[in-house]
Amino acid sequence: MTTLPGSPRPAGPAPAAARTASRLSPRASFAIRRTGRLVTSLLIVVLASFFVVHLVPGDPVRAALGPTAPVALVENTRADLGLDKPVREQFPDYVSGLLRGDLGTSIQTRQEVSEVIASRFPTTLTLASLGFAVALAGALPLGMAAALVARSPRGRAATSVVSGGLGVLIAIPDFLVSVGLIAVFSVWLGLFSPAGWGDAGSSVLPVLGLALGPMAYLARIVQVEMIKVLDSTYMATARAKRLPRRLVLFRHALPNIVTATLTVGGLLLSGLTAGTVVIETVFAVPGMGNTLISAVQTKDYPMIQGVVLVFALMVLAVNLIVDLILITVDPRTSITEG
Amino acid sequence: MKKLLSPAGIAASLGLALLLALALAGPALWGEAATQRAVADRWAPAGSEFHFGTDDLGRDIFARVMAATRLSLLLTLGATAIGVGGGVLVGLTAVVLPRYPRRFLVWIMDMLLAFPWLLLVLFFTVIWGATATGAMLAIGLSGIPNLTRLVYNLAASVSEQDYVRAARVAGAGPVRVLFRHILPNIANPLLVQASASASVTLLAFAGLSFLGLGVQAPEYDWGRLINEGVAHLYTNPMAAIGPGIVIVFAGLVFTLVAEALTDRPGQGLRGVAAAARAAVLPGAAPLPARGAGAGGPGDGADPGGPGDRGPALAEVADLRVAFPDGAGGLVERVRGVSLAVRPGEVVGIVGESGSGKSLTAMALAGLLEAPAVVSARVRRFDDIDLDAPLTRALSKRLGTELGFVFQDPLTSLNPALTIGRQLTEVSRTHLGMSRSRARDRAVAGLEAVGIPEPRRRLGDYPHQFSGGMRQRAMIGMALTGHPRLIIADEPTTALDVTVQKQVLAVLRRAQRSTDAAIVLISHDIALVSGFCDRVVVMKDGEVVEDLDAQHIREQARHPYTRGLIACLPDMRSDRTRPLPVVEDGVPAADPLPGGEPRRPAPGVPTADAGTRSGGSAL
Repeated sequence: MTTLPGSPRPAGPAPAAARTASRLSPRASFAIRRTGRLVTSLLIVVLASFFVVHLVPGDPVRAALGPTAPVALVENTRADLGLDKPVREQFPDYVSGLLRGDLGTSIQTRQEVSEVIASRFPTTLTLASLGFAVALAGALPLGMAAALVARSPRGRAATSVVSGGLGVLIAIPDFLVSVGLIAVFSVWLGLFSPAGWGDAGSSVLPVLGLALGPMAYLARIVQVEMIKVLDSTYMATARAKRLPRRLVLFRHALPNIVTATLTVGGLLLSGLTAGTVVIETVFAVPGMGNTLISAVQTKDYPMIQGVVLVFALMVLAVNLIVDLILITVDPRTSITEG
Repeated sequence: MKKLLSPAGIAASLGLALLLALALAGPALWGEAATQRAVADRWAPAGSEFHFGTDDLGRDIFARVMAATRLSLLLTLGATAIGVGGGVLVGLTAVVLPRYPRRFLVWIMDMLLAFPWLLLVLFFTVIWGATATGAMLAIGLSGIPNLTRLVYNLAASVSEQDYVRAARVAGAGPVRVLFRHILPNIANPLLVQASASASVTLLAFAGLSFLGLGVQAPEYDWGRLINEGVAHLYTNPMAAIGPGIVIVFAGLVFTLVAEALTDRPGQGLRGVAAAARAAVLPGAAPLPARGAGAGGPGDGADPGGPGDRGPALAEVADLRVAFPDGAGGLVERVRGVSLAVRPGEVVGIVGESGSGKSLTAMALAGLLEAPAVVSARVRRFDDIDLDAPLTRALSKRLGTELGFVFQDPLTSLNPALTIGRQLTEVSRTHLGMSRSRARDRAVAGLEAVGIPEPRRRLGDYPHQFSGGMRQRAMIGMALTGHPRLIIADEPTTALDVTVQKQVLAVLRRAQRSTDAAIVLISHDIALVSGFCDRVVVMKDGEVVEDLDAQHIREQARHPYTRGLIACLPDMRSDRTRPLPVVEDGVPAADPLPGGEPRRPAPGVPTADAGTRSGGSAL
């Protein structure tokens, strides 16, 4: 966003803005920009989760309860949800409910939405964290090795094998990877349980199903970045010093691929958070994603509102954490990012 | 058209043709088998009769997969069209908007981009319900932020180009600029993006149907078929895996189409030039025999030069550097160069871009690596053979005794490490110094190159140094070892004229205080002849002349060198006339005057037409 099109503009408010920005340290202005973005995102998320019910064409309560439900029940439910009031009253009610931790009651099961989420959230969080850890732990060595192979004298054939393998893994969507994992490890080899969560035997496949695609993608990024780094002049400087290979790789190359890896990794992690929806459905993991899919199918709007809200908050939290890490790891991020 | 004949192009065309044929003929050919119920055949495993088995109503799953091609592709295309159309519309609108509305729009899109795609899709699915049309709208709309960002970035980068600015200055309005200048220039990347996003859309659609949120029974697309098949994974895995394979295949076809549509950077010679820039570190493979008859100059005769001037500190003889030309062959960029540097001597190498001077220097330092192919009769530093594998002890000596200063100081220091870290490395790794002693030495090194407050600056990162300071720090880095030879590859080219002087002065001081030899590479003959004892002139990968710097004007015989010197203005130059120009054809077209003795020795090659045809790439 630093370069803007339509550029040859006479000096208007721009220099003034630049002056304000330069008075702050780059880090501070980066932090301010990101905080502004976070607050606005929060607002959008709350608005979206509030309005989702209102955007549904027709009568959402009737749709949820089915055409055979008695009129009295529909009216009662509508009153329970507060949908009988005008929208300008509903929204403050909704927000104050959120602040009290009250996400409403499920239309279908009559459970408190916040209770359901509280019981399912830890599972989803664990699944996402494990998946990300596996993806990162696999991608770094894989990508670095792939780059070194590509740069070796006879690397051409090996490179196309590695790139091809990674490319196929990236191209297969997570639900198909999961089906494949079940077919191989549960049906054929009988090693792991195809469904469930909690013990070692049943957790392996969901984590792998979630991690493999992002891992391959991240490995590609690491490979590309690493090749760029290997071709850079400062690596030639390091080689001219005749440092041991280990130092050249880990001291001189690794820090320079961390920024890109983390940036992409952060995006993947928020994608991975949503990926749990698919994985939990395939492997029948009792988490929020599973809840969300059945809620969508049964048109359980309060439940949908609550779970979508929590997922979006999770994503925002992940983005915030990645930003914070980036500021600490790379002193230049704040300057180049805009 | 050439693109269509590339392997990716052929595969993409074949795959696309197959998908199209299936979409057109699939429902007619397999439609009946796909819907025909046969309870007796239900849950049949995959076999010769039913390739993927049958479902719970006895319907042939393979036939269903084939017949589902049309619906799957139609939904994919619909969603892609919504995404790409919306993206182009919003992205281009953003480009022509005034500053603040534009920023706001881009900001909103960025914000939406921060959310995973799937979450947006689910959100929209809630609104339109779990139907095929709902899913198509949801997937299409969710793709808009990403495509908007792409279109906007593409258009913004094009609108920064000089020709678009020129059009704007010439008075073209924003809409005209958009349609005449920007759109045609982003059409190709846009097309690539469209097919890439078709691939993603296809997989997303399958995913949504698989989750039960897309196409609903009795309709079926590929995702729905997997959804139905997964329940029978234990009895008939093919029921789920069969449609899965088809989905991945179709996804790959769209990816290949994107690949085939991309404007690839030229291979062949341009690729060679890129490879030459990229190559660094000892090249292992020896150069295969050159084509018969090419018989390089300098082959027979010994390059007697160094012998009669005392033992050389560093030496290459008959050095050749080649690169793969992208078509299985090799292009030679350095062709039989012999060069010797005596202890304490300051040698300049002059030549235009592509003359092979930098490659010669890198080879002399043993820094070329694959894909460069290096061969030499002799290539040594002191008693170290640079063509043999280096032992640890020899690496240590090279690391401390041979310093290299690169052209661009902005890229030659590691941006992620502090100056202190980079200047203490040699002392700590090779000289076994403690942290504090190494820091003292680094401070001394920075002091010697005139950097103020050296101890405090050790904690700085390179981006906190100016260009000239970085180059001085590079020289200071060489001084932290025990340099006997410093190779400086155009050390001042990237710098300001005033800073150039400082850097050269620093280099000179470093040479005097350490008595190291220096090889200074430059395209500037005036700079080199003022700085060096000896000047070596290179052209097209060969040494054309080796001159005493003091008497360069009188001694130069080769037309190319004389051309270079003639271009130098001096006190007698007639300033009313333009400076002469060295024409590329001149030295090649004019053979040397017959019988005239050439300097220095018989080993030095001439630039005759026969060897030139080998082709320098630049």
